[in-house]
Amino acid sequence: MSREMKHRLASAALIIGFFVAWEVICRVFNVSSIVLPKPSEILTTLVARMPAIWPHAAQTLYETLVGFGLGVAIGVVIGVVVGSSKLAYDVAYPLLIGFSSIPKIAVVPIFVLWFGAGTVPAVLTALILCIFPVVVNVATGLATTEPELEDVMRSLRATRLDILTNVGLPRAMPYFFASLKIAITQAFVGAVLAETVAGNLGIGNFMLIASSNFDVPLVFAGLVILAAMGVGLYVIFSLIEMRVTGWARRKELTAT
Amino acid sequence: MSVPAADASHRGAAQTDQSYDEAFVELERVTVTYGAGERAVHALAETSLRMAAGDFVALVGPSGCGKSTILKLVSGLIRASSGYVYVAGREIGAAPVRVGMAFQNPTLLPWMTIRENVMLPLKIVPPFRYEYRAKRKGEFRDRADALLAQVGLAGFGDRHPWQLSGGMMQRASLCRALIHDPQLLMLDEPFGALDQFTREELWSIMQNLWMTRKPTVILVTHDLKESAYLANRICVMRARPGRIIEDHPVPFARPRTVDMTYQPEFVALTHHLRDAIFSTGAKEAA
Repeated sequence: MSREMKHRLASAALIIGFFVAWEVICRVFNVSSIVLPKPSEILTTLVARMPAIWPHAAQTLYETLVGFGLGVAIGVVIGVVVGSSKLAYDVAYPLLIGFSSIPKIAVVPIFVLWFGAGTVPAVLTALILCIFPVVVNVATGLATTEPELEDVMRSLRATRLDILTNVGLPRAMPYFFASLKIAITQAFVGAVLAETVAGNLGIGNFMLIASSNFDVPLVFAGLVILAAMGVGLYVIFSLIEMRVTGWARRKELTAT
Repeated sequence: MSVPAADASHRGAAQTDQSYDEAFVELERVTVTYGAGERAVHALAETSLRMAAGDFVALVGPSGCGKSTILKLVSGLIRASSGYVYVAGREIGAAPVRVGMAFQNPTLLPWMTIRENVMLPLKIVPPFRYEYRAKRKGEFRDRADALLAQVGLAGFGDRHPWQLSGGMMQRASLCRALIHDPQLLMLDEPFGALDQFTREELWSIMQNLWMTRKPTVILVTHDLKESAYLANRICVMRARPGRIIEDHPVPFARPRTVDMTYQPEFVALTHHLRDAIFSTGAKEAA
């Protein structure tokens, strides 16, 4: 316990130290705020311009969550189909790998071509970025069920649905929740990416405009908002994961 | 065959004699071949086996002799390449026979408590599955707890599998195999991974469970002492191709004890089985 506290304190100290060092370097070397603004300057800009930033942050969050929700839903369906049948797994896997190795930024222009600039390409980019981690994890969780356990179930004349709901899905849960943490971060990246390339709203677009006006402190303020939202989303899904699949980390559980 | 003299009044011997009149399990000239063409593996050559209801047969022999194949045939997990498998007088799959299975690996589900694990078959097997929602907190729960108490796990129902030792998990796994009152109990080396003392304790528990519930049991094991302690009959098998080379009655009175395993008759029997497994070809000629 005390060891864990020490580690937490050290990690907090590192974060604070990072910003202090940044501030000190900027002041000592008298760095221009056009190049690298001081953290204090970024903070004051952030507070002063909050009313202008806020709608953009809300837009980015909205796109991220809609894309994430749809992406996870589609990913689970594909993952269950691919993972619960050996045939589907063998047949579909090469195609999935092919799709997932395309750099996703390359598809943004296509979405813009189809749907115009704005919310839809951002949502779609978020969506396709978070499908693959979910598919791969759910499919892996289902496909790695112990054969002996399946024998037990089959000898009980369990239907495929029985096996899926009683063994497959619960077993895939830790994989699924681990993938959600990756998926939410990816969705966020996708949304900001699409906004930067072809948005008219959102933090990505907001930062692009601020940088073309050489309002560098405002660009960094946007970055801070992005970091805060990204960390926030990650933390939320980590907490959900811990609550739902505590059994998968049994060693920690028995220790307490 | 130098078999220790069988006392006909023993339950074990009586069971054996009956089995040739009314078979609950019957393998009729069954073969199993995996693969095809030149790569084909003959897992089981033409094999016949009859078991009466409530019989306890052990299959012993080296790896790859088809022990587990017979188990999987009878539990309906694989189909015979030729020949017939009858259970309860009908071809396998046609009769609604309840089957329980336990393996060397306890295969308990880590996200469920021990009690929930034990109750799993009740959630799957008719007619219990239709009543599961209504009874899981009443009758079924009590039934699971009673069974857990019988194997020495009273009070462990709310624990999770990873909080138990290997022997305790194996007990829970036996409970899961028995909770739905199976007519057929398939045991694939369930005590193989346990230490000697735990194993002997579980032999005694297993014998009790069998004597009180009387399922028809097939036990696959490498341990000759275990087969002679538990079974009514021991089928000695040989590999390449897998087949039964000897069907041996076990005449000792029940309940058997670990002390009995040191008696000369018992030692003579296990010794004989050992010879049967290791002698090359001589047995078939005899």
